[in-house]
Amino acid sequence: MAVLTMRDALNQALHEEMERDPRVIVMGEDVAGGSGGSSGNIEAAGGIFGVTKGLKTKFGADRVIDTPISESAIVGLANGSALAGMRPVAELMFADFVGVSLDQIFNQMAKFRYMFGGKAKTPVVLRMSMGAGMNAAAQHSQTIYPMLTAVPGLKVVVPSNPADAKGMMKQAIRDDDPVIFFEHKALYSKKGEVPDGEFLVPFGEADLVREGKDVTVVALARMVPFAMKAVDKLAEEGITCDLIDLRTTSPLDEETVLESLSMTGRLVVVDESNPMCSIASEIAGIAASKGFHSLRAPVQKVTAPHTPVPFARELERMYVPSPGDIEAAIRRVMEGV
Amino acid sequence: MQQSPDQIRQAYRQMRLIREFEERLHVESPKGEIAGFTHLYSGQEAIAVGVCENLRDSDFIISTHRGHGHCLARGCDPKGMMHEIYGRADGLGKGRGGSMHIADLDKGMLGANGIVGGGQPIAVGAAVACKARGDGSVSVSFTGDGASNQGTVFEAMNMAVVLKLPKVFVLENNGYSEHTGASYGIGGDLKTRTEGFGIPVWEADGFDYFSVYEAAAKAIDHARAGKGPSAILATATRYFGHFEGDPQNYRAKDEVKTFRETKDALMQIRKKVTGAGIFTEEELDAIDDEVLKLIDASVESARNGPVPGADIMMSDVYIDY
Ligand SMILES: Cc1ncc(C[n+]2csc(CCOP(=O)(O)OP(=O)(O)O)c2C)c(N)n1
Ligand SMILES: [Mg+2]
Repeated sequence: MAVLTMRDALNQALHEEMERDPRVIVMGEDVAGGSGGSSGNIEAAGGIFGVTKGLKTKFGADRVIDTPISESAIVGLANGSALAGMRPVAELMFADFVGVSLDQIFNQMAKFRYMFGGKAKTPVVLRMSMGAGMNAAAQHSQTIYPMLTAVPGLKVVVPSNPADAKGMMKQAIRDDDPVIFFEHKALYSKKGEVPDGEFLVPFGEADLVREGKDVTVVALARMVPFAMKAVDKLAEEGITCDLIDLRTTSPLDEETVLESLSMTGRLVVVDESNPMCSIASEIAGIAASKGFHSLRAPVQKVTAPHTPVPFARELERMYVPSPGDIEAAIRRVMEGV
Repeated sequence: MQQSPDQIRQAYRQMRLIREFEERLHVESPKGEIAGFTHLYSGQEAIAVGVCENLRDSDFIISTHRGHGHCLARGCDPKGMMHEIYGRADGLGKGRGGSMHIADLDKGMLGANGIVGGGQPIAVGAAVACKARGDGSVSVSFTGDGASNQGTVFEAMNMAVVLKLPKVFVLENNGYSEHTGASYGIGGDLKTRTEGFGIPVWEADGFDYFSVYEAAAKAIDHARAGKGPSAILATATRYFGHFEGDPQNYRAKDEVKTFRETKDALMQIRKKVTGAGIFTEEELDAIDDEVLKLIDASVESARNGPVPGADIMMSDVYIDY
């Protein structure tokens, strides 16, 4: 075990997988950086968030490909190389740039296998940073995993800590289906213990990070550490919660949620996305249709409001669900209102 | 193209305004009061001003993530912009957009844009409106060297040609796309590529106001006359990092210093107009003083501007009827 940031845990996973399998290639804007620059440094960036650093120096320009600003072609590059036998890890610097490349994601990679008689394998990993926390405003802060979770054929990964980030990145690279890998930008510098070497986290298995008897709290990505704060605080008052980190939204581990709900009877769902058609509404829907008889109180959804992500510090802070918002929702569900 | 002293004074003032606005942000940024990404335009002033000095009120421009210079050149209020950059409730975007999303539709300024390549198709749409109005107005988009590789730019160029629109593409080559040199990312060259669509290209020295003004005059006249889209290719450099805080590992240490000492746009215009006896050094210094006072006042008022609240966050998602 080493204590690593999520950035370094992801970087370690990429190094290990590229070492292990020569078919693994990395591509994106400034994943190395520096080409054509006047300093002569051919790895001046290593990714805008530093996740791909050291890869080009170690594995060379054929396997670590800096691309022009052409998101549609970047994802196309990943798709085509995957169909032709490579295992690409492509980067969209910000999840918002899915907007530029959506056809390649939801009409192309997601559907090849189904449309092509089950013969196609598209082992693409499409990494992207997401989320608020840097005051990067409406076009650089969105959490769009609900949108892509809704697409059959895509797997969707949303790690909340460095160990899961490593284990799920290695899993994603070995998975033969296309995997959308969301990295919350506010978590890149957060540290945690990370197993050395071979370590895989299977998809579709939520993690029970706190155990309690009163309330089931379901969260993902940055909302997990926020929910931990609320849950730990309330535990001091004697209100105890199961806290479930979904880890992947597709496949979605309904069983863990429903099993916990059957014990607690109360559900709080925390999601940084906009409320409509969110993971929060999906989980609430599952509770209503499959866990109805367990419910002792209305499900509480804690989400961002139905607005774009605002710029100003005060506004962004208000926009993102906070530990205080989560605590208040747990208290509400305890009161049954 | 002969310009009157008034025109030249205006152009010089605009360039100085952009320069001091950005240099001041570069000083203020590390202090921690300005949130988010700030991309500065210093070094490229002559391009925005050389183009915008050719425009009429009825024309449109659309900008990029590096938008302050285009906004100021188009006449956006510096104080309103500064308040926006500081995230104030009375900023041009009510503190909801920030540096990357400054717009002023009353000024025909259709916005800075966080999505590289996002603006060009929108500018083609504005050109459709210009053509429909039939008043000779034009729509101008600014596009970086990096952005020029985005598919949307090719689509916009082709569409503008097919529809024979009054659309002017301003290609700004500042040598870098984030951490990567322009020469790495661009296949072929920007001029030939653009000409490949049937769009005439006028080249300019992006450090020289007069060079850009003249190229822009020709390109804009072409579009105004109903001959279809045109383009300007202007080359300069950016003085600061891609964003404030960029360590610039991709850049030789003395690259910017050399440009500042030998090519600087403000230096060039000063030399030219004083050399030709149009203005004295003192007259230009007086403009500089006025601009500096305006920037001081804008920063001071932005630092103390009103903080936006929940009402601002929740409003304007839709129109209130
Ligand atoms: C669709 C999209 N892709 C990538 C980015 C990230 N990005 C912002 S600016 C930039 C480089 C733009 O280079 P250029 O067009 O030359 O403009 P400059 O920064 O030099 O003004 C990149 C890659 C983005 N904002 N939007
Ligand atoms: Mg550039």
